[in-house]
Amino acid sequence: MTNFGKNFLLGIYNNENLLLKAVSTIRNKGVKIYEVFTPYPIHGIDDALGYRRSKLPVVAFSFGFLGFCCALLMQSYMLGFDWPMNIGGKDFIPLPAFVPITFELTVLVGSWGMVITFLVISDLKPWGKPVIFDTRSTDDKLVLVIDLSNNDLSENDISSILKNSGASEVNNKTFM
Amino acid sequence: MLNKKKISSIREPLILGKKTMNDITCDICRQVEKKPSLPWLISIFVSLSVLSVGFYALFMTVWEGIGMWGLNKTVGWAWDITNFVWWIGIGHAGTLISAILMLFRQKWRMSINRAAEAMTIFAVIAAAMFPVFHMGRVWLGAYWVFPIPNLFGSLWVNFNSPLMWDVFAISTYFSVSLLFWYLGLIPDFATIRDRAKSKVSKFFYSALSFGWDGAARTWSRYESVALILAGVSTPLVLSVHTIVSFDFATSVIPGWHTTIFPPYFVAGAIFSGFAMVLTLLLITRKVFNLEGYITIQHIEMMNIIIIVTGSIVGIAYLTELFMAWYSGVQSEQYAFLNRSTGPYWWAYCSMMTCNVISPQLFWIKKIRVNIYATFLLSIVVNIGMWFERFVIIVTSLHRDFLPSSWAMFHPTIYDMGMYLFTFGLFFTLFFLFAKFFPVINMAELKSILKTDSD
Repeated sequence: MTNFGKNFLLGIYNNENLLLKAVSTIRNKGVKIYEVFTPYPIHGIDDALGYRRSKLPVVAFSFGFLGFCCALLMQSYMLGFDWPMNIGGKDFIPLPAFVPITFELTVLVGSWGMVITFLVISDLKPWGKPVIFDTRSTDDKLVLVIDLSNNDLSENDISSILKNSGASEVNNKTFM
Repeated sequence: MLNKKKISSIREPLILGKKTMNDITCDICRQVEKKPSLPWLISIFVSLSVLSVGFYALFMTVWEGIGMWGLNKTVGWAWDITNFVWWIGIGHAGTLISAILMLFRQKWRMSINRAAEAMTIFAVIAAAMFPVFHMGRVWLGAYWVFPIPNLFGSLWVNFNSPLMWDVFAISTYFSVSLLFWYLGLIPDFATIRDRAKSKVSKFFYSALSFGWDGAARTWSRYESVALILAGVSTPLVLSVHTIVSFDFATSVIPGWHTTIFPPYFVAGAIFSGFAMVLTLLLITRKVFNLEGYITIQHIEMMNIIIIVTGSIVGIAYLTELFMAWYSGVQSEQYAFLNRSTGPYWWAYCSMMTCNVISPQLFWIKKIRVNIYATFLLSIVVNIGMWFERFVIIVTSLHRDFLPSSWAMFHPTIYDMGMYLFTFGLFFTLFFLFAKFFPVINMAELKSILKTDSD
């Protein structure tokens, strides 16, 4: 585990408004936040933490475009070139008839491609071993984690910053 | 920031009983964590029995061939395709609730989307049984429905055929719905994992939760994935029943060859889907004590959607009749005359009563917010929608262009058994879901609790 022997300070918040304010106060004081763990998505927290906007929409579009092209090529190759068949006197490559399958494959490849990319970049997998700082972070607490080895301020200073920002508890966590 | 008081001065709160985040976790996880209750054991026993009785019919269908069904040369499609379209229609509510209502920011969807999506997935599985086993030799079926390189002279599947479009539409719908549903489940599985006491459940829910930790960075990506999935699922859900209707609309059979089929089928699908969601959720909220989460307001909202879609279906029936008369085509006119006054008049009457007349009762607020009336009417709607498909399919076929080949359709016990099999399958899967998975999306619900700490 990469966190082995590291010392973390956890600020536990009860409420998202407090947390959002706390994140900007803490960052303004020059303290680096390791990550925030919450039971539900909080709007605006990615901006407060300074995260860049995810590029997943571009990924989704690219996979969708791939699906679109593959679907058109597949249908045209199979019915138009590999084994042309006269079906009711239609063209060998009847584009209107290809619309439904092309649409479906665009959606199929786009969604699966995007979700698989999301799982890979977020390191989500069935055999994944998550680092849980506080198990209440999937229940009802918002947990702000600070990596002490990554900050110049002393533990006491950071602890008082966390308490002043509205944290209901400040805990220490070391991975053994 | 909006606080709860401000919302409630305009609207009823979406969930009742002043729940905290921890209450939500406890209320939903309790079902998963406690030992199976007696009602649940009885329900699963009954549904497994139905499944095994139905399995006999399925086995005989595969063993002896589809001659076991009541189909004949004239009526080549009957209960099989009726049941298929009925189940697929039911499978439309889940993705509609989670995708379209998400895009419209309808927050009331949050208490019901999980169960509705589960229902969608199980309904699509049930639906798939009919075309799959109607192929006869199912073990060769993959060659007939998928473009697989083969030794029949590279003879590919026919991409001009609506039946082929259907294969792609339904498999895409199934797999994307599954993806959407599972993605929503991941954070909730993590909640159960972090509360789990026994080693076995810890192991299973760890694997199911994919190592979710709720980091802000992951949530931010998760939200954009969910929004895009909702965006692509919206046209997808509309395309599926459109393509199912193409199975009929692109043919030249009077009564099928109708351009209003796509919107009419989609409205009908949403209509029947919401009815089935109501049937299931009214039982689930009672058995699992979720009255504070699935409130009368939710039921009323769904009933309003039922009136709207039911009325669209009613208009479609009348439009069909008008167009048959107005077209001046004799065989078209006869198809509709025969449909309403011929030997299957009783099916047509059941359809009209159950789908067009009875849902109008929901205009009355007292009925709309009454649980028993809603439960009864939701079942009536589902019966009506089954008859709609039966009427469209069998009455259009049984008197074809050659009077000497006119025939009636009589279902055999194997037709009925196949239908029973899908009921057993659907309810078994639903009961397993209700016991082992969180039936309400906890993470989403927590996001609408937003209260200021004052």
